[in-house]
Amino acid sequence: MAIGLLSISWLLPVAGAALLLFIGNADGRRDRLIRWVTLIVSIAVFAVTLAMWASFNAGSPEFQLVERHPWIPAFGIDYYIGVDGISLLLVVLTGFLTPIAVLSSWISIEKKVKEFFIFLLLLEAAMIGVFLSLDLFLFYVFWDAMLVPMYFLIGIWGYDQRIYAAIKFMLYTMAGSVLMLIAILGLAYLHNAATGSYSFDLLKLYTLDIAPRTQFWFFLAFAVAFAIKVPLFPFHTWLPDAHVQAPTAGSVILAGVLLKMGTYGFVRFAFPLFPLAAAYFAPWIAVLAVIGIIYGALVAMVQPDMKKLVAYSSVSHLGFVVLGICAMNVNGMQGAVYQMLAHGVSTGGLFLIVGMLSDRRHTRLISEFGGLKTPMPRLTAAFMLITLASIGLPGLNGFIGEFLIMLGAFRWDPRYVVGAGLGVILSAVYMLWMFQRVYYGKVTHSENATLPDLLPHEWGSVIPLCAIAVVMGVFPTIFLKPMEPAVTRVVERMQNVQTLRVQNVNVPNVPNDLTVRRR
Amino acid sequence: MRSIPAAIQAIVPMLSVALAALACMAAEAFREKDERMPIGGLGIVGLIGAAISAAFLWNGNTASFGVISGDNFGLFVTLVLVAVGILTIMFSSQVVDRDGIPAGEYYTLILFALVGMIMMATATDLLVIFIALEILSLAVYVLTGIRREDARATEAAFKYFLLGAFSSAFFLYGIAFTFGLTGSTHLDRIGSYLAAQSLSDNPLILVALGLLLVGFAFKISAVPFHMWTPDAYEGAPAIVTGFMSTGVKAAAFAAFARVFLSSFEPFSADWAPIVWVIAAATMILGTVVGVAQTNLKRMLAYSSIAHGGYLLVGLVAANEVGKAAILFYLAAYAITNLAAFGVIALLGARDRANDELRDYAGLWYSHPGLSALMTVCLLSLGGLPPTAGFIGKWYIFSAAVSAGYYGLAIIGVLTSVISVFFYLRVVVMMYMQERGTEAPRIHINAVSMTALTVAIVAIFYLGILPTQVLNLAAQSIATIF
Repeated sequence: MAIGLLSISWLLPVAGAALLLFIGNADGRRDRLIRWVTLIVSIAVFAVTLAMWASFNAGSPEFQLVERHPWIPAFGIDYYIGVDGISLLLVVLTGFLTPIAVLSSWISIEKKVKEFFIFLLLLEAAMIGVFLSLDLFLFYVFWDAMLVPMYFLIGIWGYDQRIYAAIKFMLYTMAGSVLMLIAILGLAYLHNAATGSYSFDLLKLYTLDIAPRTQFWFFLAFAVAFAIKVPLFPFHTWLPDAHVQAPTAGSVILAGVLLKMGTYGFVRFAFPLFPLAAAYFAPWIAVLAVIGIIYGALVAMVQPDMKKLVAYSSVSHLGFVVLGICAMNVNGMQGAVYQMLAHGVSTGGLFLIVGMLSDRRHTRLISEFGGLKTPMPRLTAAFMLITLASIGLPGLNGFIGEFLIMLGAFRWDPRYVVGAGLGVILSAVYMLWMFQRVYYGKVTHSENATLPDLLPHEWGSVIPLCAIAVVMGVFPTIFLKPMEPAVTRVVERMQNVQTLRVQNVNVPNVPNDLTVRRR
Repeated sequence: MRSIPAAIQAIVPMLSVALAALACMAAEAFREKDERMPIGGLGIVGLIGAAISAAFLWNGNTASFGVISGDNFGLFVTLVLVAVGILTIMFSSQVVDRDGIPAGEYYTLILFALVGMIMMATATDLLVIFIALEILSLAVYVLTGIRREDARATEAAFKYFLLGAFSSAFFLYGIAFTFGLTGSTHLDRIGSYLAAQSLSDNPLILVALGLLLVGFAFKISAVPFHMWTPDAYEGAPAIVTGFMSTGVKAAAFAAFARVFLSSFEPFSADWAPIVWVIAAATMILGTVVGVAQTNLKRMLAYSSIAHGGYLLVGLVAANEVGKAAILFYLAAYAITNLAAFGVIALLGARDRANDELRDYAGLWYSHPGLSALMTVCLLSLGGLPPTAGFIGKWYIFSAAVSAGYYGLAIIGVLTSVISVFFYLRVVVMMYMQERGTEAPRIHINAVSMTALTVAIVAIFYLGILPTQVLNLAAQSIATIF
């Protein structure tokens, strides 16, 4: 059987990990070789994802490059993968960030180098798998499998509180996802009841007519799993721990890709599978999102630790994404997907540079720095650019997404935009204030005066990030065009079902009233 | 198999193991003092014979003497038990020499226990089930205390013996009641008699059912009849614990499922709620108490209690999926758990069991391979993909969901998250803690390493390509229920 591009994109990192396994490195002699092999594999994966994009028909909302093989036929489980505009871009993002994560670990990972890169590659494979899966069972397998390498990355190579953070990360995510498993099984069972055969095929399950009461519970199960992953306030408490304790590469991947799996889950699964429940819950989720936006920003403002600050800023930014999804119109949804990509690039970049500072000084406290512009002007420039991108300065990547989200949310209910707008202002406050304290002024600690500027491998990771931040800000169409048909389809699917239901007033046994009016 | 008279074909697997057991006994008798003899090899030959004959009997639906049935259900469990036996013997090759366990007696007892287990899985008469139960129990009591110089092992054996005898009495009493009510001990006849009865006419049926339930619950260590398990599992040599926690459980479960899903099937509406409560309590207690353990064997004892609870979920669901799920789960659990205990056994020393959690600190640095294998086992026990344990759990919970037992499924998944917490504690110890003192380097012999490798490959095979085994499990239940 032929192996398509999509399969290659996740099998290649697995193969790379297997290759590393066979490089003997008991005494650390081959660390260099291992780094290079990993870098080459991850760049090759990125090339594969770009090839995917090249062969992708941007005008079509359908899933493309589909591969399908029976896997567990008795239950209608298939190895079924494909991409549409939304998942394509997220896969490309994963492919893009992994080499950067590899470079960020180039010298900062000193012990057990081989195992570190094995776990990193396995993590990449699982993340790509999550975005590719069109079979809910397959999706769940990747979703859960992803936890294991991340757990080890945090737990072995993290900072002081790493064990606590790693276990917390694992248990939080699992607790959410197992309930989703029940809902997935329930869906397959409903499909069996309706058609006489089990199926985990997402496209078939989309067409299933699910009773409102069932939708209510299943949506909750899915939503909690994704809300923990996003993380949506008040499920966010694992995030600061995981981020702060993870090694730089872990933070970059965590912020850049892993969190997107939660918002992606909302877009791909929770909302279109259960449109009625989604319409019912959307205002509540949006309220949580707005709380998250403001809360994350306020907490970020008072953090003494740079990494923690960036972690809380993620809570705030991801709140925007969720708000955009809840708006359930094309603008909002498109903005949400765009913001996922933009946040991946800019927050990935922030963690990367904070990691560089932390490698040099072995501290991440803002008060330990100051006046860094003098010894390291180039790093400062890069950080400035990424900071502005993160704030949402027009012309950089953060602006487009936030703007579209606000537009979408405004069309839905202007009240949310007030809260979200406050978050935009606050983000400028906490980011610029940190920037000022770290980089401007006089060198307050003599150790900082002699810090080296960007090293060669750091250039390698900073340049692509800055470049893409500018490209995304100036030419958003490159990214908006492929996702538009897919986003439109998701929105239409939800609206169709909702209007059908509203016309048919027949909604029995609904907890409260699921038929809310939508604009 | 054609040359063998049809009437005894169904007992060939059992005979093969029994002959191997006798051969081991004879070999021990002829062994010179201090002569090294591959006695375990004889056992493996016998077990392979059993596996081959079971494969020949597949789909044959043979029966011997009216009390042993060679149906696919029994054969599937037989194959699982053979796998358990072979892995146990392979792990033992290192342990027996190291700990000075008398090899002849040890292997003979293992094999006789297996004979009892296979008999229990294939028997279709309550009395034969009882005899099988006694054959396996007696062997396992002795195995528990086979290291006589170890006080803990002796205590464990005695406790296990007393409570086991107690539960056997319950079981026997249940058989007596059933016989009194139905006039037969044969499962088919009991089933056809009971199908025409109603509980209101004949409340004694509930008594018979309850007593049998208690007997089985003891053997599969379901709450509240689990008290003996942690002590027995902790006290016994690690490899024997692995053997008990998989083999005995598989055999007892096979008989449990056979009796309750065929003979007492007409009253499933009456026993299902009771088993529901037992299953929920077993899952919860097993995981919650497991969290508090600091001894690895004891922790895995509680974990195996919890796994018994998951199996009970399949029994409660009692639909096609549930019955097949029990079989698949038994296979997945048996291999995983045995491999985990295998690692514990291999890491032990004669004078020191090395089974406290803190003994695993920094194991990764001294034994990277063993730690990786142990991690795979633990992740499989915790039900993470892509391992056998994940597919097993998924199968069990899909049975529960399709039978409408959402509550049980939710308890199941939540307890499995809790269980991941304590499995991860071991992983944390191995990978994320430094060891204070230099760990002694332990040499693992080739046979044990092969066994571990095979087990790990099987765990991934069942986790990634489960279709064939799932189909086998589905076929197995098609023939009898």
